[in-house]
Amino acid sequence: MSSTPPVLEISGLNVNYGLGEKAVHAVRDINLTLHRGEVLGLAGESGSGKSTLAYAVTRLLSPPGVITGGEVRYHPRQGTDIDILSLDSEQLRAFRWSEISLVFQGAMNSLNPVHTVRSQLTDVLKAHRPDMTSAQRQKRAASLLSLVGISADRLASYPHQLSGGMRQRVMIAMALALDPEIVILDEPTTALDVVMQRQILKQLSRLRRELDFSVVFITHDISLLIEFSDRIAIMYGGRIVEEAAAKEIYQTAHHPYSHGLLHSFPALHGPRRELTGIPGSPPDLTAMPPGCAFHPRCPKAFEPCDQRVPALEPVPGDGSRTVACWLHADH
Amino acid sequence: MAKTPDPPGTATNSPPSEGEVVLEARAISKHFAVRRTLRNFADRNRPVVHAVDDVSLKLRRGSVTAVVGESGSGKSTIARLLAQLYPTSGGQLLLHGKPTKVGQGRAFRAYCRQVQLIFQDPFGSLNPTHTVRYHLTRALRIHNRAGRTAKDLEQALAQLLERVHLTPPERYLDSFPHELSGGQRQRVAIARAMAADPSVLLADEPVSMLDVSIRLGILNLLRDLKERLNLAILYITHDIASARYFADETLVMYAGRMVEGGDSETVTQRPAHPYTQLLTSSAPDPDRIVADHSAATTVDPAGGEVVVEEEESETAGEPPSLISPPSGCRFHPRCPKAMERCRTQVPPRFDLADGQWAACWLYAEDAPERPAPQEASA
Repeated sequence: MSSTPPVLEISGLNVNYGLGEKAVHAVRDINLTLHRGEVLGLAGESGSGKSTLAYAVTRLLSPPGVITGGEVRYHPRQGTDIDILSLDSEQLRAFRWSEISLVFQGAMNSLNPVHTVRSQLTDVLKAHRPDMTSAQRQKRAASLLSLVGISADRLASYPHQLSGGMRQRVMIAMALALDPEIVILDEPTTALDVVMQRQILKQLSRLRRELDFSVVFITHDISLLIEFSDRIAIMYGGRIVEEAAAKEIYQTAHHPYSHGLLHSFPALHGPRRELTGIPGSPPDLTAMPPGCAFHPRCPKAFEPCDQRVPALEPVPGDGSRTVACWLHADH
Repeated sequence: MAKTPDPPGTATNSPPSEGEVVLEARAISKHFAVRRTLRNFADRNRPVVHAVDDVSLKLRRGSVTAVVGESGSGKSTIARLLAQLYPTSGGQLLLHGKPTKVGQGRAFRAYCRQVQLIFQDPFGSLNPTHTVRYHLTRALRIHNRAGRTAKDLEQALAQLLERVHLTPPERYLDSFPHELSGGQRQRVAIARAMAADPSVLLADEPVSMLDVSIRLGILNLLRDLKERLNLAILYITHDIASARYFADETLVMYAGRMVEGGDSETVTQRPAHPYTQLLTSSAPDPDRIVADHSAATTVDPAGGEVVVEEEESETAGEPPSLISPPSGCRFHPRCPKAMERCRTQVPPRFDLADGQWAACWLYAEDAPERPAPQEASA
């Protein structure tokens, strides 16, 4: 997968909530590359910074969130690179949704209850494609709905007349309205049942193949990620602690946290094992432990862990994956 | 029970034989009346939501019974019915073999002493303006377990917190809920339930609001309590894999009815009912994916066929309305194996091997071809 050219490059990204000494470092020193046509999974517990990262990349952070450093570069198919963090508000308006779109957490509730599906879908087109005629917009809205498997006569429905799964699909249709290069899915199926979840994700992977966009898939459910993504980055306490191909993470997780996370989900098949989860609880971002954020919960913590922060570096002997853990440091 | 104050933890009654039924539901149902509107204001037969219909289950000492279902399947309603938070519309509840029906006041309180409920959201179930000490003391006092002196109370509090592994107790007693993490809060909620020294614990999605890495800690704690105190636990969940991990017996609900039940291992490994089969095949399972990942990618993007297959399942992908549930088996509009009889007659329970049962006409004595559940799951 890494053979395809990059479409989004994040380097050294830092995000704080608040200013000055009391600022909370929600995202620290993130380096991440999304390749064209790839599904990149972002896993982590609540407070790990995964949603903040998505909002920072799209410049959607609302105060007191501030991007304090780093760079986010977008590589379009043609033309020059775009530095997302330096766009002004007018450029940002044109950039968002036509290049990167988002499907939010709890998207089922982000539809406006007093407007029909039709008016909400055509609104996107009206704002971004002013030269389209009304008839063209109607046609596009209908084709978008059929793309996600909803019949076009549902255009006249209000959100409350649709089931949760259908609302979620309308949100996906809306995210695809302008043929974006990147779609960020922030916990897209958390509120849905497993049967519906599988249907929607299957449909998304089919659309991804047909329309050729890249996906950043954010969720806490790592077993879901292993199934639906190509590469996975695992976040803990605002940092990426491990990044590798989905299959590799599942087979050999190098970071003790990744290992613990994988063993926090009971398996439906295979032998029934005694599982322990991870002792302790996720760190408080206002009082982060020194050194590696995971060391108070880590069963393998040793001398340097509570003093120095391990860097995200290639695993010795396997250059395609990276891990931030002193156990795997070269020195 | 427990009229004399004794510190929690000392089981005063002689331990009953393994597997004794503590709480039993016999064909209970619950219908909620739909809100009055202008249109049906004068109507005598206002429509009702059939939240739970004809559900029977037994909770045994020292055993965990899981109820698995989608949202809206009525699984939380069952927990609330068993806790008698609202009255049943039909059927009977039996506590220690005696029919019970409590309203409010003294009878309800006596019932609570034996049957305690834990909620899903530990952020909402603890009062943010009170300390852990207040929450636990109140529960102990209400259930006459606080002892006579301040020292007794202090000892009882410490014991409760130790039991849920919040040690040292002094560190937590005077904390407010906002000072605790989600997992610690849920432990306090469990300690509060244990303050009554109940024989039945009803856990309504006790871990689904918690961070994934601490869920198993709570489940292991509940299992530990079950074993040490010989509790009967009802575990309500939407996650069938966790039911397999945690529960001895698993019951599957669909649209207000029980569709399958039996030993957890049997139900999850050899599901008999088509709905359970759909549920187990939909659950994320990395093992299967890693196994067939390569197979899936070698297949060319044969869009056409895949699309047809997906769109078929999409139209049939939603649970039915419970105001006018489908006739016959409630799963028949989505069922790939539906027969004529499924549309008209409600299937009764058919017993299969090893205590497994399924409410599905496929397993009727006179069914044309009676599949074995093993085959069905394949």
